[in-house]
Amino acid sequence: MTLTSEADAAAEADPRHPSPEPAGARAAMPTRRRRQRTPMTWIRGGGAWNLAFLAPMLIVFGVFSWGPIAQAVIMSFQKTNLITPATWVGLDNFARVLADPNLGTAVLNTLYFAVLALIFGFPLPIIMAVLMSEVKRGKGLYSALAYLPVVVPPVVAVLLWKVFYNASPDGVFNTILGWAGIPPQPWLQSSATAMPSLVIEATWAAAGGSIIIYLAALIAVPPELYDAAEVDGAGIWRKIWHVTLPQLRGILFIMLILQVIGTAQVFLEPFLFTGGGPNNATLTVLLLIYRYAFQNSLGGDYGEATALSLMLAIFLGLLSWLYFKLTDRWSTN
Amino acid sequence: MKSSRRIAIAGLAALAMAGSLAACSQAAEDDGKLELRVATFPPGADQAAYDAFAEQEKQFEEANPDIDIVGLEYEWTAPTFAAQLAGGSLPDVFTVPFTDSKTLLENDQLMDVTDEVKELGYADKFNPIILEEVTGSDGAIYGFPRQAYANGLHYNRDLFEQAGLDPDSPPTTWEEVREAAKTIAEKTGKAGYATMTSGNTGGWQLSVQAVSRGATLQEDNGDGTYTSTIDNDATKAALEFLHDLRWEDDSMGATFDLDWGSINQEFAAGNIGMYTTGSDVYTALVRDFGMAPDNYGLTVIPLEDGGKVLGGGDIAVMPPTIDDATKAAAVKWIDWYYMQKLLNEDAAVADAKALSESDQAVGTPLLPVLDQETYLESQEWIKDYVNVPLDQMTGFTEGIFEQTPAGEIKGQTQPIYALMDNLVQAVLTDQNADVDALLAQVDVDAQALLDE
Repeated sequence: MTLTSEADAAAEADPRHPSPEPAGARAAMPTRRRRQRTPMTWIRGGGAWNLAFLAPMLIVFGVFSWGPIAQAVIMSFQKTNLITPATWVGLDNFARVLADPNLGTAVLNTLYFAVLALIFGFPLPIIMAVLMSEVKRGKGLYSALAYLPVVVPPVVAVLLWKVFYNASPDGVFNTILGWAGIPPQPWLQSSATAMPSLVIEATWAAAGGSIIIYLAALIAVPPELYDAAEVDGAGIWRKIWHVTLPQLRGILFIMLILQVIGTAQVFLEPFLFTGGGPNNATLTVLLLIYRYAFQNSLGGDYGEATALSLMLAIFLGLLSWLYFKLTDRWSTN
Repeated sequence: MKSSRRIAIAGLAALAMAGSLAACSQAAEDDGKLELRVATFPPGADQAAYDAFAEQEKQFEEANPDIDIVGLEYEWTAPTFAAQLAGGSLPDVFTVPFTDSKTLLENDQLMDVTDEVKELGYADKFNPIILEEVTGSDGAIYGFPRQAYANGLHYNRDLFEQAGLDPDSPPTTWEEVREAAKTIAEKTGKAGYATMTSGNTGGWQLSVQAVSRGATLQEDNGDGTYTSTIDNDATKAALEFLHDLRWEDDSMGATFDLDWGSINQEFAAGNIGMYTTGSDVYTALVRDFGMAPDNYGLTVIPLEDGGKVLGGGDIAVMPPTIDDATKAAAVKWIDWYYMQKLLNEDAAVADAKALSESDQAVGTPLLPVLDQETYLESQEWIKDYVNVPLDQMTGFTEGIFEQTPAGEIKGQTQPIYALMDNLVQAVLTDQNADVDALLAQVDVDAQALLDE
């Protein structure tokens, strides 16, 4: 049993890219470990050099990423205006966030965004990628066109779409709708249509990246499987259903959880398009965090903001863990 | 060989690291002068404004050779303020609207200037209502009120003419505003009337409109506590007015997410017939938004049922973190740049001359920061330099001193404006918005903020 799986692994290894730790080194590990380890052996073994080369990365991540994360955790138990010394307030920040009537609105709105983005945004790139992989000529051109929205800086894209979403009859989208005889839509100017409008732009902006990933995954599907299916008399739909999708399973599961985490943190679109309006119809959790820290109170309620951030991070962490637990069996055979 | 190359690479990496860190800290200038970093204009001001500033900078530095003025493009905004204050990147002198000054000074985020204000002899000269805006509950003074305005009704004379209305007799009641808006919308296809709705400005302008109909939005209990009274007939009338213009007359256009910047931009571009905002906006409309002066008209806001006109203004302040030498220089600058022109004829004339020579607005209608007499006198001094079309603003300049001024709500000003934003957004974006229920809810939420 173990023998065959090791043999399989060896057969799979690409000879052009030998793994950094060849099997021989792994076998030698136990003997090396038995020797006495001192700081000197560590230095002779190149430990200091490794550290020196790691240092820029460690410093940059430490100062600009891990440090602020640790500071945010501390701040969530404090009241501070960043100048006078902070005071410890225990769980007060968490209690106040949980008592905020806007929290419910923000959570529901974020869920609404996530569900809409899932319905429109998740299948679309898969369909596009499958269609594009079937194209025989000009594949590169289509890939480039699909990826183009990702190249546009997100803020620029949103500001452009804000112009397109002009709700007067001579707005760009309303003019196009007019050609089809559809009356002008209020887009961002109505509580009912604001959120779907944000989702349409977000889907447009994100689809390109996903399409490229799916295209790459599709190339990895062994063509023999299609040939075999064809011999068995499968048409295009059966090939997609029985060959393509099962082969993409692993990547689909990863993309799904990435999308869920991404949509739970949606900020740019509501912040730039609507500022959370009209009447809080597009207030999301992250926008609420922003408001706590920078908008609602001039002192900046960093305590409440970091408390809600922490809760969101823990929730997403748990969700991801649960998701991988549940899908572990399906995604890996 | 190999190791020396390694050393070279590691050395380079370390150098790059150190270099980038060093670039973060500013090189200190050392020519014996004190560097004073002062706010100039909001982003977007034209070159002429900077030319005028450079001229004034030169005059100040000649009079104060030991101070080096460094102008910074800056506009006070809540989202960046606390972080900039903590990071030490705020200008040493900047201005803050009255709306925010109370919260900032109660949060210990402004410099105490009580002694300096008294020493310069301003303490007794300020209009007491305005001095109140910069006085903390500890009795200390935290800034120099430098400019005050009343809200007015601004209108586009060109759109009035296109709609067949007389731009020299603007509306004087809210009902006339509604009729004019409807006419403009029907005849020109533009928004006849518009109001701000986002970033707390919706709440600010709803206050203006409600107070003009006799509303009191907050009771000061005199013991540091406040009672919210947003839910009243006048606020309701203001909201229903907006609802009717939007849904019955369809005279407010199709954009309902405007804030101070975007409404000015739309107005300057000729897409809005009328809106309410501070009387001092002319300067920004022309300087920052490219409005054609001929199209501009200003009159007073209609007052009904004992209504008052909501005022505002801004104060020149310093961050609480600067050292004594910088503070002394900052006070000199504030006195010279902002205050002297209010009460000293030579300073007023020099200021007006520098501005008018660079084609900057001189004579925009304001309210007196000091007493009314000094203000009217100062207008006489600079008469020859006034270049704003005052004859298009007579509705305001002749009517404003007849109106009773009112101040903004004092407790939790911005957070409550944020709540009131939702009221305005609701009536403009939801035809079936339940005004009574919304008002009752906002009153409860506002009281909760006040009780915190």
